[in-house]
Amino acid sequence: MNADRLALLEASFNQLVEAICAEAAAGEYLTLKLTSERSQFVRFNHAKVRQTGEVADGWLRLTLMKDQRTSYREFPFTGESKLDWRQACTALEELRQEVPQLPIDPYLVLPSEVHQSREVNLGQLLAPESVASTLLATASGLDFTGIYAAGLLVRAYADSSGQKHWFATDSFALDYSLFNAEGQAVKGMLAGSEWDESAYIAKLHESKAQLEQLTAAPPKPISRGQYRTYLAPAAVAELVGMLSWGAISEAAMQQGGSALALLQQQEKRLSPKFTLRENFQYGLVPRFNELGEMAPLDLPVIVDGVLVNTLINGRTAKEYQKIPNGANSSESLQSPEINPGRLSAEKILADLGTGLYVSNLHYLNWSDRPTGRITGMTRYACFWVENGEIVAPIENLRFDESLYRFWGDNLVDLTDFQEFIPEVGTYENRNLGGTWVPGMLVEDFTYTL
Amino acid sequence: MIATELSQTFVDRLQKSLAALNIPADWIGLRAVKDASTTRAVRDGMPETNGTSFTQGVMVEVLVNGQIGYGATNSFSQASLQIAAQAAYQQAIAASQWKIHPISIAERPKVIGQYVSPVKKPFDALSPGEINDLLIQICQKLKVSDQIVQTTAAAYTREIETWFVSSNGSEVYQKFATITTDYAATAQDGPIVQRRTNNGWLAHCYQGGLELLITPHLWDTVQQIGEQALELLTAAECPTTTTTLVLDPDQMLLQIHESIGHPLELDRILGDERNYAGGSFVKPQDFGQLVYGSPLMNITFDPTVPGEFASYRFDDTGAPATREYLIREGVLMRGLGSLESQARTGLAGVACARACSWNRPPIDRMANLNLEPGNASFEEIISGIEHGVYMQANRSWSIDDQRYKFQFGCEYAKLIENGKLTQTLRNPNYRGTTPQFWNSLSQVGDRSTWKLYGSPVCGKGEPNQVIWVGHGSPICAFTNVEVFGGGA
Repeated sequence: MNADRLALLEASFNQLVEAICAEAAAGEYLTLKLTSERSQFVRFNHAKVRQTGEVADGWLRLTLMKDQRTSYREFPFTGESKLDWRQACTALEELRQEVPQLPIDPYLVLPSEVHQSREVNLGQLLAPESVASTLLATASGLDFTGIYAAGLLVRAYADSSGQKHWFATDSFALDYSLFNAEGQAVKGMLAGSEWDESAYIAKLHESKAQLEQLTAAPPKPISRGQYRTYLAPAAVAELVGMLSWGAISEAAMQQGGSALALLQQQEKRLSPKFTLRENFQYGLVPRFNELGEMAPLDLPVIVDGVLVNTLINGRTAKEYQKIPNGANSSESLQSPEINPGRLSAEKILADLGTGLYVSNLHYLNWSDRPTGRITGMTRYACFWVENGEIVAPIENLRFDESLYRFWGDNLVDLTDFQEFIPEVGTYENRNLGGTWVPGMLVEDFTYTL
Repeated sequence: MIATELSQTFVDRLQKSLAALNIPADWIGLRAVKDASTTRAVRDGMPETNGTSFTQGVMVEVLVNGQIGYGATNSFSQASLQIAAQAAYQQAIAASQWKIHPISIAERPKVIGQYVSPVKKPFDALSPGEINDLLIQICQKLKVSDQIVQTTAAAYTREIETWFVSSNGSEVYQKFATITTDYAATAQDGPIVQRRTNNGWLAHCYQGGLELLITPHLWDTVQQIGEQALELLTAAECPTTTTTLVLDPDQMLLQIHESIGHPLELDRILGDERNYAGGSFVKPQDFGQLVYGSPLMNITFDPTVPGEFASYRFDDTGAPATREYLIREGVLMRGLGSLESQARTGLAGVACARACSWNRPPIDRMANLNLEPGNASFEEIISGIEHGVYMQANRSWSIDDQRYKFQFGCEYAKLIENGKLTQTLRNPNYRGTTPQFWNSLSQVGDRSTWKLYGSPVCGKGEPNQVIWVGHGSPICAFTNVEVFGGGA
């Protein structure tokens, strides 16, 4: 989207905010959250186009708080002022009917801060009509499958107390796999705001080389058991993602639903080599949450194996008398980073010695949340390694292992480099940001099937 | 009749919009959606969430040179539709030299018809305050002890209207009313935490109205959820052994979904999904001959079941929905493939091209996927088992990208000893491989054991989509299954 159209969208949002907030009666508090995108999606299979299209979407969440009661309405935000205003008025009218009927919410947090922020990052994306030819000409002859998603993303917030935040960024994400005739595959990702053709060509070349390595020997079946394992950064990012699902949230901790409860209670410990933080300094995601609260630029979560902060939003803080730290409504990680260790790239295989090299993990779930046990599958380029040499790719294995082991006593080391694993999800809307993670070497990782 | 008249008015409006589009396409379709979903959730007797999300928009599909491009907009204005159509056209043109399959108008057949969900009690029969009051009472009833540290109760209602008109004369209107309820109690005793829900997370989801909120056994059910959460605190750990596994329909729903539904999706078999959810261990040549399971296994795709969560009359490309056997007496017969996938594979399929909303294109999806009942009563099944474990309600699910190696966990289990249910077990899990598991199916319950559930959160596709599915099943028994418990 060009700057002029973005400016119109922002002006339209500001106009609506000003008008609807002026409608707030005494004792009424209004908040507005905008999620908007102009997206192109091109889906590939066998280096051909499976589906292709563009989506112009946007919606507003208008929340009314009054007399310690609250409800919301979400409705389309089109950028057409009259239409959007009509829908906003209808929403407010409905809320005024509904809210008095609702029970008192003792943990309701009224907007009170006066932060304002504005970030706009216009990039350079591929022209929509050139995506298929640009990507597929280079991928010719490969079994290339995946998706290219690109366009403008907007997140904004405003309220009747005068807070206002605007975050707009162009972004693209290319998420692909290359397959060989035996069905083995390697994964590749590229993401950013500036399309760089040479980076794409180099990435595809790297993937192709990995695929050739995968094809060099037939897959080796591995018996279930415990193996020394190197988990590459993409695999570590999958494990980190589990912390956002009933682990690092203060509410989960308080309500008996946290996998890290034993860590907090000091019944279990993690390795002093393990440090996790929320790092917003990369600037890829907005720092403001649904209440307009700003997260700190850098929030240590687990330092040297010790839990120093959970993620706490204003609502949880009010309920449990905690200090909020700008967490979102689900108290999930938004910009996680794991500190690197000392293992150099050159020494990964040598230090692994004999065991498994795991590039990616798939379909993770808690198998026993209170004990931190996670199950899932290995996926993509995973290898059996003997005496520091890759011997053969493996048939995919199921693991079932506790985070108190692989981030605890069994953590041998983390790599001295990190990789950025972009968040490429597109449920409801294109996601932002990603995870900065090193690879890690662990002892006795448990495989069960 | 009011709904019908209104829908016809909107169909007429869309037809006029379509006729006014200035696009040199071989075929154009407009699929419009209006979707209002209301969430009411209470935790520990306090309101947690109240609100309604309304989304609306149109997907314009344009067929040019054998390639479909789409443009989707959340505005119904003619100018926005023209912009969306233009974008769709340009996308189709740009991709047509790279198309994976030449699409014909036959894959968007002309259809005319309607579907409306059966509703006895409309969603406004209770006020927001009354629904909150009910959910608060449910929380209170769930808290059977001070060891219950969290109670939750939620009701989700949704009204979706869809219209489909096309340049070859289609006129479809479908109106869906769905309700999903979820109640849970978490019990804690020091480091031991156990959670019990109403047949699993969001498992109670149906088409219908508020008659499905206040059900005849609601209060007994709620009381039992709280008591069983408490019971699990002192229950024995599920043993690690290989034994006969009996699954309740509330776990069968997940077993059917993950190890039958997804691997039979033709787009997975064609490779479309390999970069995301994965492919399938099933190959095109398996249809008509693969022995998927024991002869007791009969699986139907059936969007015609009244009240089941994913019933409809037409899919999102206009294909008329019919009941079809996918697996008959254990043999794989037919795939979950839309008209496009059928044309690409030459295989028989079903009307399953579904999109989660106006802003996503239709892909191969489950709808209602059911295991047909057998002849055994629950008592007959249990009495014939010398040693086994009977598991209820899914709490953990994971399966590989070929839908082959799975591991599932349940909330609650009973040990079976000498034909009788004996002690309660906590943290029950089991694992296996799909063909071996289904071939070990040894007993299929009769109609009295058959229950309907579903899920509103089946994720798939690029771009990602969450869609709603229904699953009905009887109680089933499987021999020689690895079961195990929890703990680090």
